[in-house]
Amino acid sequence: MKEEQTHQSIAGDPFKKVTDFILNPCNEQVKKEECIMKNKLTELLQNKPEGLLNIFYTAGYPQLEDTTTLLTALEYSKVDLVEIGIPFSDPLADGPTIQESSKIALENGMSIEKLFSQLEKHTVKVPLLLMGYWNPVMQYGLEAFCKRCHEVGVDGLIVPDLPMSIYQTEFKEVFEKYHISNIFLVTPQTSDKRIREIDKNSNGFIYAVSSASTTGSKTDFSAAADYLGKLKGMNLNTPILTGFNIKNKQNFQDACEYVNGAIIGSEFIRQITDVEDISHAAATFVASIK
Amino acid sequence: MSYQVDEKGFYGEFGGAFIPELLYPNIEELQENYLEIEKSPEFQKEFHQLLKDYVGRPTPLFLAKRLSAKYGAEIWLKREDLCHTGAHKINNTIGQILLAEQLGKKRIIAETGAGQHGVATATVCALKGLECIVYMGEKDIKRQAPNVARMKMLGATVRPATSGSKTLKDATNEAMRDWINNPENTHYIIGSVVGPHPYPDMVARYQSVISQEIKNQMQGLPDYVIACVGGGSNAMGAFYHFLDDQEVQLIGVEAAGLGIHTNKTAATLTLGTPGVLHASRSIMMQDKDGQVVEPHSISAGLDYPGIGPAHAWLKVSERARYMAVTDADALIAAVEVSRMEGIIPALETAHAFSVLKDLELKPTDRVVINLSGRGDKDMNTYMEELNLL
Repeated sequence: MKEEQTHQSIAGDPFKKVTDFILNPCNEQVKKEECIMKNKLTELLQNKPEGLLNIFYTAGYPQLEDTTTLLTALEYSKVDLVEIGIPFSDPLADGPTIQESSKIALENGMSIEKLFSQLEKHTVKVPLLLMGYWNPVMQYGLEAFCKRCHEVGVDGLIVPDLPMSIYQTEFKEVFEKYHISNIFLVTPQTSDKRIREIDKNSNGFIYAVSSASTTGSKTDFSAAADYLGKLKGMNLNTPILTGFNIKNKQNFQDACEYVNGAIIGSEFIRQITDVEDISHAAATFVASIK
Repeated sequence: MSYQVDEKGFYGEFGGAFIPELLYPNIEELQENYLEIEKSPEFQKEFHQLLKDYVGRPTPLFLAKRLSAKYGAEIWLKREDLCHTGAHKINNTIGQILLAEQLGKKRIIAETGAGQHGVATATVCALKGLECIVYMGEKDIKRQAPNVARMKMLGATVRPATSGSKTLKDATNEAMRDWINNPENTHYIIGSVVGPHPYPDMVARYQSVISQEIKNQMQGLPDYVIACVGGGSNAMGAFYHFLDDQEVQLIGVEAAGLGIHTNKTAATLTLGTPGVLHASRSIMMQDKDGQVVEPHSISAGLDYPGIGPAHAWLKVSERARYMAVTDADALIAAVEVSRMEGIIPALETAHAFSVLKDLELKPTDRVVINLSGRGDKDMNTYMEELNLL
């Protein structure tokens, strides 16, 4: 109920036209072809840099208010991108570590609205992504969600259970209106034809799952080398980050041989679990990787 | 109006395949092949042969005279409880194991709530010599112990799902994670008309033998077809060939748990709202933030916060009616059917019987109840709840 009121008050804002113009330079007043996706993420990626480190953690974990504490620590540690997970009761593309962190975050009272209000109080400097399952986003309302993302400094979304075909036909316009990049996944089982299609439809990076596994559940990185080598050889237009089983400096460097960077999630969450000072733990971990 | 799935996998606004990219190749493979394989003469021949000689079909349609006298209408029971393994679930697993064989899969996974689907999957895997892993909520492993023992006897591995409510929803999450981790050699036999397209349609087709037989066994059309609904596979099987016969009233019966006004309930269609759960858009029980609400039912097979997208569409388009029955009323109905007809029904099935008292039946009405499973697996619960010891 409270959320609905918030949305309504945004819609009923007398300065709506002015704010719309500032927030959405790509609205109907501007011709479509002039609208080019522009945000902190696309700026970072425009020259296809290498060795990018993207750290993932779950919003509201280990404590509800740790979301921005960690963001500050990561910005200070000079990570290249940050990805914050929106906890969901049924995270079926995630492994045990992230599942557990989601469960605790929900118990802590984390919600989409809470996350936005936390981010609002923080001036986000780093390119920032949110990762979340489709149902909570759908219940929030996609348009309201994208608008809030844009307002609080979110540049991209990873919605693992929103298929590309449905995104393309139903939701692409809304994402683009608010300058939100949509990040697609590819796996070793994804056909070359589909990889090319994903490349064509991407406006951020491609998230290459480095082994056919839910997050964090495999230990051996070497198995991914052939697959990442193949991706490198395809000379795609979109930069590639790989994820799902990077744990240490060696894994990170191995991955960066092939692609533009890597995402560390489960291991980072383990590093900030049961420690006294999460900022220190986060900074120490990042320093050990970069 | 069409009640069948469209070419994009939707029933009206419900359905689709909201799958992670990790499952895209598997789902695409199924979408491209399931109809062709089902229609092939080899599949048809073996499917019907196995249903006849192995499952024991056609199952009888039995006139329950004492119940008929009590409720003042003709009450017919479709005896799915007489299927091999004790429930309708095996109709679907026979179909899917033949499909898996055609696709060259060597490893089978499944989720189970009451354990009937797990047993039916373990059974067909033994029949075909395939590896079988069944995910089952930790809570359900305790309350359906006889079925856990049967699965193990049949050579299956039973893996407990320990997250969330430790019931069917969580077992389904674990099975999907397994499939993501083993995308190439594994087929996931979903046990109900839920999950991403093509599962709801595929499972409905394999279960549709139930309504096909009812049509053959009855002179003319029934006035009512009643079935319990968790995910909705036995109901969809019983409704399937009557969907376009508008004069047949279709009634699905959900589990109200402790009551629809308590927070201990599984009455999805009564209380739920549209959302995406287990990769399809349907109606589900969720809070205002879109988090899935943990359900409750005394019956493990109905203890699920979602429902098949076809049922959501039948409800919204008003083709079928859905009612909710409490744990206590289901127990009363189970005792009544046992003592009046000499048939101990599964707890799930007992819910369907409980609505007889709420319908305004006429003496000329002909009511078919899908007796989806037998109650052997529920004896522990019956003994505890009814003080039978």
